[in-house]
Amino acid sequence: MTGRRLGKGGLIDRGRPLSFRFDGREIQGFAGDTLASALVASGVGVVARSFKYHRPRGLWANWAEDPNALFDVALDGVTRPNVHGATTVLEDGMELRSVNAWPSVRRDLKAGLDLFHRFLPAGFYYKAFMWPDWHLFEPSIRRMAGMGRVEPGEPGTPALNRHDRCDLLVVGGGLAGLTAARAAAEAGQDVVLVEDHPVAGGALHGFGGTVDGLTGAEWAAAQIAAIRAAGGRVMCATTATGIYDHRLVTLVTAAPFAQAPRLCRMRADRIVLATGAVDRPLVFDGNDRPGVMSPFAALDLLGRQAVLVGSRIALLHPQPEPVAARLEAAGASVSIHDPAAERLRVKGRKAVTGLCVAGCRHGCDTILAAAGSTPLVNLWCHAGGKLDWVEASFVPGEGPEGLSVIGAARGTSDDDAIREEARQAALGAALPPRGRPASGLLPNPLRGRAWVDLQNDVTTDDIALAARENFTSVEHLKRYTTLGMGTDQGRNSNVNGLALMAQHLGRTVPEVGTTKFRPPYVPVPLELYGGTRTGALNHAPKRLVLEPQHRALDAALGEYGGWLRPAWYARTEHAGRADEAVAREVLRTRQVAGILDASPLGKIEVMGPDAGAFLNFVYYNTMATLEPGRVRYGFMLTERGAVYDDGVLARLGPDHFVVSCSSSHVVGVMQHLEAWRQDGHDPDRIHVHDATQAWATVTVTGPRARDIVSDLGVGVDLRACAFPHMAIREGRFRSAPARVSRVSFTGELSFEISVPLDRARILWSAALAVGAPMGSGPLGMEALSILRAEKGFVIIGQDTTGDTMPHDLGFAGPRDRKTEPYVGDHGLQMEVARDPDRLQLVGLQVLDHAPKLARGAHLVRGAASGRPVSEGYVTSSYDSPTLLRPIALALLARGHTRMGEAVTVWHMGELRTARVVPACAIDPEGGRMNA
Amino acid sequence: MQRFTCPFCGLRDEREFSFAGESGKTRPDTAAEVSDADWSAYLFTGTNPRGRTDEIWVHTPCQEYFRMIRDTVTMEVLETVPLRRDPS
Ligand SMILES: [Zn+2]
Repeated sequence: MTGRRLGKGGLIDRGRPLSFRFDGREIQGFAGDTLASALVASGVGVVARSFKYHRPRGLWANWAEDPNALFDVALDGVTRPNVHGATTVLEDGMELRSVNAWPSVRRDLKAGLDLFHRFLPAGFYYKAFMWPDWHLFEPSIRRMAGMGRVEPGEPGTPALNRHDRCDLLVVGGGLAGLTAARAAAEAGQDVVLVEDHPVAGGALHGFGGTVDGLTGAEWAAAQIAAIRAAGGRVMCATTATGIYDHRLVTLVTAAPFAQAPRLCRMRADRIVLATGAVDRPLVFDGNDRPGVMSPFAALDLLGRQAVLVGSRIALLHPQPEPVAARLEAAGASVSIHDPAAERLRVKGRKAVTGLCVAGCRHGCDTILAAAGSTPLVNLWCHAGGKLDWVEASFVPGEGPEGLSVIGAARGTSDDDAIREEARQAALGAALPPRGRPASGLLPNPLRGRAWVDLQNDVTTDDIALAARENFTSVEHLKRYTTLGMGTDQGRNSNVNGLALMAQHLGRTVPEVGTTKFRPPYVPVPLELYGGTRTGALNHAPKRLVLEPQHRALDAALGEYGGWLRPAWYARTEHAGRADEAVAREVLRTRQVAGILDASPLGKIEVMGPDAGAFLNFVYYNTMATLEPGRVRYGFMLTERGAVYDDGVLARLGPDHFVVSCSSSHVVGVMQHLEAWRQDGHDPDRIHVHDATQAWATVTVTGPRARDIVSDLGVGVDLRACAFPHMAIREGRFRSAPARVSRVSFTGELSFEISVPLDRARILWSAALAVGAPMGSGPLGMEALSILRAEKGFVIIGQDTTGDTMPHDLGFAGPRDRKTEPYVGDHGLQMEVARDPDRLQLVGLQVLDHAPKLARGAHLVRGAASGRPVSEGYVTSSYDSPTLLRPIALALLARGHTRMGEAVTVWHMGELRTARVVPACAIDPEGGRMNA
Repeated sequence: MQRFTCPFCGLRDEREFSFAGESGKTRPDTAAEVSDADWSAYLFTGTNPRGRTDEIWVHTPCQEYFRMIRDTVTMEVLETVPLRRDPS
């Protein structure tokens, strides 16, 4: 290939030269160039090395279907890997580096791989690295394979997302699409036309000539003006990347290099696809050499970028005349050869020097070769459209409602027929019958190496091998050989690959099948889907009303169950020694009292005449016997019997309850309750309302808790005889309602005081002020976590799995005795629930002065034999400030029957010994809690 | 991405909804004897039809459960009705 820029024509702006570098070499282009066209215009033939064999490759096509021209590109400090050269607009100052090549595409040191191709057939990696361990080979393979290089730490730019709708979406701005969009817009429809090139006109630019007496570019501009004048919208440089259910279409608009593209989610009442067609490669010996190119790409380069790809061109095409005439008019000499000829072979390695036809050599610098045309039906298939096999190509067949295909994508090639189709489609009328598409050629399985998929280096040999090894289903063929798995998504290779397989099997192409096309139509950066949902915008934690007070106490804030909560206090004072801060809070709570912001605790109100029976059904524990003023601990189960949540239920009155579930489960429990209320009960007799965020809760917990709370003035008789453990009282705090309950998660005497949000600050400050002289202080989540683990209280989801049942946690009573139906009841009677080897909650004790166990460490048997088998694992592990030794909770097979037994703890190959003990390590009689 | 009509809120994006089960599944009466097979069928066996299907969905923002008749092949939504009304 000896490309050169013509002195006139094209859509480029010769007044705006742009300079860029390619593998260090300074090159000039113009505004209107793509990376690829600028390289070809300056005579660059080898643009990349192939993925697997590192063979030199040139440009194959001038748009999205090009499989070869991928670059790592840097501009103004932003680097992007695998930038698609044929679709990326050239900008001044770009630095291009070829992928898969080092030090440059012309002198690639790994090109020797090609000599070993006999040892790298399809399925090579699957076969070679089964033994002894893939990881031995992985590093060197990763260095050799892969595409571009990702710059570590490269920050992405957020992609803007928007939603839109229209009556009619037309995809493709060529002859067909522009005609359809104009007709629809002038008929009063809300029309959107998207065109993926920066300039509309489709194949008109490549084929030249005139439409209605105008050049392609003039005609396209006139149609766009007419569409806009009629109220339609035209979006250029915008690709429809996928069609999803209910006619949602993702439209991706290209942005300047350093910016992310923009995403529009377009909901269209009707869609017309006018996506055109691409050349189908001719499969022959050496057809991957730089200088072998799609004939239409040569025309398109000529029409759009005024680039003539060669001066002596050999043309292999089923309908060669229009192509030859256009290139000859531009100044090339063109020799026409029969694409169906036997024994076609390319001469030349890094550049084409000739074409051998049946042993006869013809000198040339460029070979334009196509076996026919492949309609672009990807979007049609996304939407569920079927394909028909007609004249050796797949064209749209039966399809869903509201979607039609026109023009070359339908297999129509005559201009008048295309315009008639377009006008019918615009009005939603039935399309005229399809004419026969131009015929194409199918490849023969020939000897030698001919390329079927350029990007993934799949040859005719690989397809033959797949057929021999019985990977004959089209999905197996694809995965075994990687055929069609590159960025072109099989646009170039699928039909040829299927045709070869069909011949190996003695079947027809439709019998072999077609692979499914899936979105996206072209590669898009992941940031496109993320949009602006990054960081805190992606996952915003819920904020406490007392957050300013926690910050004033220098709290380290962390996320707990979706809330931003204090992890520990006095962060600066304990900088670098967080464990000391946490230990101090634990000891303060055990010795005096801790003051905890428990506001996220669930507060779901359940009311109504059937509320009691309803709660008795959704709770594992018997709640029917709960008396007003009392609180009961309980589990909610899934129907399989697994523990979903634990919490307490308070009964305020005969028909009024408050479900206090875990902070992190409020949304899920609310849904659980609503599901059973609406579907299984009389919803008119039960009312469920989540009031969690209407109340703030301050918990005072510790031996001096009663002294502190009595000074706060909550209007409740706090004496143990009047207000026992697991009771709730309604009082008043600063002339607002207050709910006080005696529930303990620390094992200490505790009062949970809930007040309306606007009383939270004064309650918190008062509790701290009253407690300070006694030696109490704020309690953070990390210390709370230790306090509850010392007491053997579980956190659902940390100390349980998705299979843990209540009897595994030592709560077997209702399973054995509760007679009324409840959610999960029969799940607890199934064989799996009766398995004697179930994992059960236990405590673990290590030797004094030994370090704590690793959380997640496995409890194993058979460690001495060298093949340890897991019998459970450590779920919580802490250094207990109270006991001055490590404590741990674990799930252990048959754990409840193994008290006192020594078990082996395995962690990352290290073995230790621990003793099985009860989960509760502090005050097992509960004297402190009940005080 | 589909669009469903919540009987209470109107036409909304699929992301606002969750599937909640097939319609017409009755919880076995666990006050009486229930076989493990019946319980397993209740938990795990769906008819999963090709074509017309009758399901319970929930619209997350309003928390209302409702019945939806739709076609699993064409993805067409045929009808949505509150739980206590019969589809037409
Ligand atoms: Zn709704």
